[in-house]
Amino acid sequence: MNNLVILPILIPFIIGTVLILFAKYHTLQRVISGITVFALLGISIYLAIFVYQEGILTLELGDWPAPFGIILVADMFATMMVILSSIVGLVCLFFAFQTISSEREKFFFYPFYFFLLTGVNGAFLTGDLFNLFVFFEVMLIASYILIVIGGTKYQLRESLKYVAINIFASILFIVGVAYIYAATGTLNMADLAVKVALLEQQGVLNVIAILFLIVFAMKGALFPLYFWLPRSYYGPPAAIAALFGGLLTKVGMYAIIRMFTLIFNHDPGFTHTVILILAGLTMFFGVLGAVSQFDFKRILSYHIISQVGYMVMGLGIFTPLAIAGAIYYIAHHIIVKAALFLFAGATQKLTGTTNLKEMGGILKTHPLLSWLFFISAISLAGIPPLSGFFSKFALILAGFQEERYIIVTVALIVGLLTLFSMLKIFIYAFWGEQKMTEKQAKQKVGKLLLPIVPLVILTVVLGFFAEPIFSYSLEVAEELLDPSIYINSVLKE
Amino acid sequence: MEILMSITVGVLFMVGTYLILTKSLLRVILGLMLLSHGAHLLLLTMAGLKRGAPPLLGQEAPFYADPLPQALILTAIVISFGVTAFLLVLAYRTYKEHKTDDLDKLRGTGDE
Repeated sequence: MNNLVILPILIPFIIGTVLILFAKYHTLQRVISGITVFALLGISIYLAIFVYQEGILTLELGDWPAPFGIILVADMFATMMVILSSIVGLVCLFFAFQTISSEREKFFFYPFYFFLLTGVNGAFLTGDLFNLFVFFEVMLIASYILIVIGGTKYQLRESLKYVAINIFASILFIVGVAYIYAATGTLNMADLAVKVALLEQQGVLNVIAILFLIVFAMKGALFPLYFWLPRSYYGPPAAIAALFGGLLTKVGMYAIIRMFTLIFNHDPGFTHTVILILAGLTMFFGVLGAVSQFDFKRILSYHIISQVGYMVMGLGIFTPLAIAGAIYYIAHHIIVKAALFLFAGATQKLTGTTNLKEMGGILKTHPLLSWLFFISAISLAGIPPLSGFFSKFALILAGFQEERYIIVTVALIVGLLTLFSMLKIFIYAFWGEQKMTEKQAKQKVGKLLLPIVPLVILTVVLGFFAEPIFSYSLEVAEELLDPSIYINSVLKE
Repeated sequence: MEILMSITVGVLFMVGTYLILTKSLLRVILGLMLLSHGAHLLLLTMAGLKRGAPPLLGQEAPFYADPLPQALILTAIVISFGVTAFLLVLAYRTYKEHKTDDLDKLRGTGDE
């Protein structure tokens, strides 16, 4: 029982509401939102340390005891995700200060930015299935507006599909909630975990599990439900695309991992095999899409899909090592993906295009930008000693231990193709003849690099200090694989 | 009563799915609306349509109605109302920009 848990949800919500009042004062909005993201990061780190030392924190809203009232739960997995969302929220905001046009600012960019963070943090911290739905909706409504803000022709056309698909997924979410309420008579996640274990009809549970898998797969862009992602992430400016690419699909991942470790662990032979097959297909088709593209942002968007596959692969193998690898991978991916999208934004501002064939020779004019991009690119592809290597290594090791050779082979091939397509970006955009005009070449990028550098440093740190971070993810994984810790701290039995 | 409700839900889902598969933008939105109504009714039905006293503390009654599905459905209706309003405005803007509501023409050519 501690009010600390609600702060990561409440602060962005209140600040977002206040910012609506100052819609006309852009500088004031920037100052307030800048201070807020730093406060948010501080609080989430404090919360994570608190949870690490004291165990799982819960907050019963309105003092209603656990299975009846709405409850917020902060365990190690959730607090880790909250920290990552604050980091991405911080850097993308500072990148947005320099790249977002003032017209977008006028149409409530900052308030909806904070409402998005409210929804994301809420989805991480809630311990109630219907509340998860509500926070998903808060996040999605904010994302609908952020993705369409600016209103170009392309954006309108693609975000219409994004909105329609997400509404459809939300409807399926309600249907899933209805079914699971009919089967168990509760919506509290800890209580559900208890009741599901007692329930004798496993067939109906499998149906509900797959229904939820479809819902979250749609939000997390798993095969075959990823088709909306590359096109809709191409439209908005880089700061928003980075926020979405880093954070939004990972909320779907978080929900899948939470649901399939806590609630639907009744029949891993069926559900987790389905997840593993989906993981392989997602990785493979995602990276094929990336290889075939010739556009900076589109390649990155397709990479999101293939890398979501790695995270789900960890869940599908379902051993402590594999889950730890998946968690490490999520941390690595959120940071590196956000950084790469910001690089796309920086080069777009530099050259005025994201088409790789019209770029070239940035290495000569802006060497620092290029080499920082190179570091993040090979980190994404999994070259040691950067963070991508260790997370993939854990996943592949776990795959070998469980003798899942097919998925391991797919993962290795995908890693190779990822390296290939990242090098394609490097060779076309940074290497080669200079295709920029002299005026463009003289532009300074120091300010643009400022938000990106911390992310690049973080990915290097995640690689060089893999040992403590990996033992932390192992602890998270063991906590996830032993739901009784979660259940006991929520229901207080 | 549950059977009647189940049939209603089934019809709503059927009509909604049909409308989603059509080419017109407005019909797709109508289909999504019907689907969400179906989902809400399903949520209400799945909890069981028991007759009982209102779930207030301190009353003497043999049994009480389950308050949770009503709270859930209320929340879900409000959310779907807001989202539908947004979607309608978005569709109108798209129609204004692209001068068409034919989804075939809104596909976009390749990966431009």
